[in-house]
Amino acid sequence: MTDLTSGISSTVRQTWVITLRDLKHWQREPWGPLFGILFAIMMLLIFGYLFGGAIEMPGGGTYLPYLLPGVLALTMMFGIDGTMSVVTEDTKRGVTNRFRSLPMSGLAVPLGRAIADLGNSAVQLGVLMLGGLVIGWRIEGSFLEAAAAVGLLLWLRLAMLWLGIFLGLTLRMEGALTMVQVLVWPLGFCSSLFVSPETMPGWLGFLAAWNPVSATATACRDLFGNPTGITSGVLADHATLLALAWPAVLLAIFVPLSVRAFRRLG
Amino acid sequence: MTSTPLSARGVRKRYRDTQALDGLDLEVSAGTVHALLGPNGAGKSTAVNVFATLTRPDAGEVRVGGHDAVRHPARVRSTIGLVGQSAALDEALHGRENLVMFGRLHGLPKPDAVRRAGELLDAFGLTEAADRKVSGYSGGMRRRLDIAAGLVTRPRILFLDEPTTGLDPRGRHEVWEMVRQVVADGTTVLLTTQYLDEADQLAAMVTVLGAGRVIAEGTPSALKSDLGGDRVIITGTGPDDLARMAGVLGSAAVVDPDRLEVTVEAGAAGGGAAVVEVVRTLDSAGITVDDVLLRRPTLDEVFLHLTAPDHVLDPEGAAR
Repeated sequence: MTDLTSGISSTVRQTWVITLRDLKHWQREPWGPLFGILFAIMMLLIFGYLFGGAIEMPGGGTYLPYLLPGVLALTMMFGIDGTMSVVTEDTKRGVTNRFRSLPMSGLAVPLGRAIADLGNSAVQLGVLMLGGLVIGWRIEGSFLEAAAAVGLLLWLRLAMLWLGIFLGLTLRMEGALTMVQVLVWPLGFCSSLFVSPETMPGWLGFLAAWNPVSATATACRDLFGNPTGITSGVLADHATLLALAWPAVLLAIFVPLSVRAFRRLG
Repeated sequence: MTSTPLSARGVRKRYRDTQALDGLDLEVSAGTVHALLGPNGAGKSTAVNVFATLTRPDAGEVRVGGHDAVRHPARVRSTIGLVGQSAALDEALHGRENLVMFGRLHGLPKPDAVRRAGELLDAFGLTEAADRKVSGYSGGMRRRLDIAAGLVTRPRILFLDEPTTGLDPRGRHEVWEMVRQVVADGTTVLLTTQYLDEADQLAAMVTVLGAGRVIAEGTPSALKSDLGGDRVIITGTGPDDLARMAGVLGSAAVVDPDRLEVTVEAGAAGGGAAVVEVVRTLDSAGITVDDVLLRRPTLDEVFLHLTAPDHVLDPEGAAR
């Protein structure tokens, strides 16, 4: 019992030390996260102004309120490669091995990383939502609904960053990061983030509707009171449930796998 | 506290198609520097990773600081310091912040971690750079901070995996000085190196590894004398002298006409006696010489000899 409590309290303390260390990185070298925000703003402008006029909405509604929650979900998803690259960097430098040689919990290093990156993502979300409000996006739902939407986005990000931690610990060949950076594009775009799956060929629309990020984007549109572009199907009926369940499934898989990978690196 | 800091018996580790460790035995005595010497791929780093609990061996027994490294890795981790091949530092943090962080992860309360960081920075001449980002450090400074990070909790045994690889001569000397200081403070050091002079400079015991097993072991001077005795090298004044020298010195003399040199192996009597003998013989034959040099085999020669592909082991596995 006392062993367990002292174990938990030392894990919490170690996790906090790692979290502070990771946060200090953002403070000392802010270019990565800043670029992440710039990138999201660029996507917003490209899709909002360049392509937006040409995109038709099933079930009516204008494009910008549809687009913005999509860009928010995309930013959460593209966090994979940011997390992966810092984890890979630590492993390459031998920092991860030094952590592994210390008498500390196998959970502390990945968990500290997860908390720090989640904090960084919360800031990104805030900046993007403000940017959206400036260019004319409106939250039509209640404050609580909007807060729930932000919660779902961060929930998605949490799952994505554990996936990034796992990939960073296990894919050690040269070019793995580039591969992931390329692959997130089709995975991100084959979804409801930018266009409604109902406008796609049947099989593609089916895949897009079952994409985890589609569930989050659709549920957020609902909660923000924005048009969902969805009139029937699984997303119309169960978007919120899926937005809760998908990340839960990913977490149940990748948290234990990451902790195991951390211990087994050698 | 009286147990040996490290003992390993029959350690084996296989990675896909390479047998990295093939029955490694090792015993490290307390308070000394022990060098693991070997070419790339000899299994040095794998051995250190097994001892530091980063890698699980396939077979064999490893005890570090009195604990079984396979059954109780967490206990081993609290008695060791590991300094890996690349400087495992957080480049974005200051030197001091790195040391405080590693101290806290070792379980030190914050004030203790801060105090210990200060001590180490002082001891290793890093106080001036302590509050700057590590990314601006020189190679030698980085390495010293890296080693200091392995010392935050005063480990019983410190593992240094190729601590001076990639450093300039000045950096190497700084690190050597630091290792001597660490051992003087009572910590046992196991270091791996490809540099023979490094083992010669620092180590009380040298274990030569080849293909995952021990091919020779001993003090640096014992290893050198195992290879054969000293050599006397005589430089002649002209090509004609060489033949005459070879004539009077007997069949053991080896002539190198390009360098105007004749080499004679010193017998059991030792190098000093051999020099006197050579000079006396040449003098009574009326041959003048340019230079007479007594040379001991270098660890380089020992190393090349032991790791040569045609080197055969006797049944005990010791060097020929």
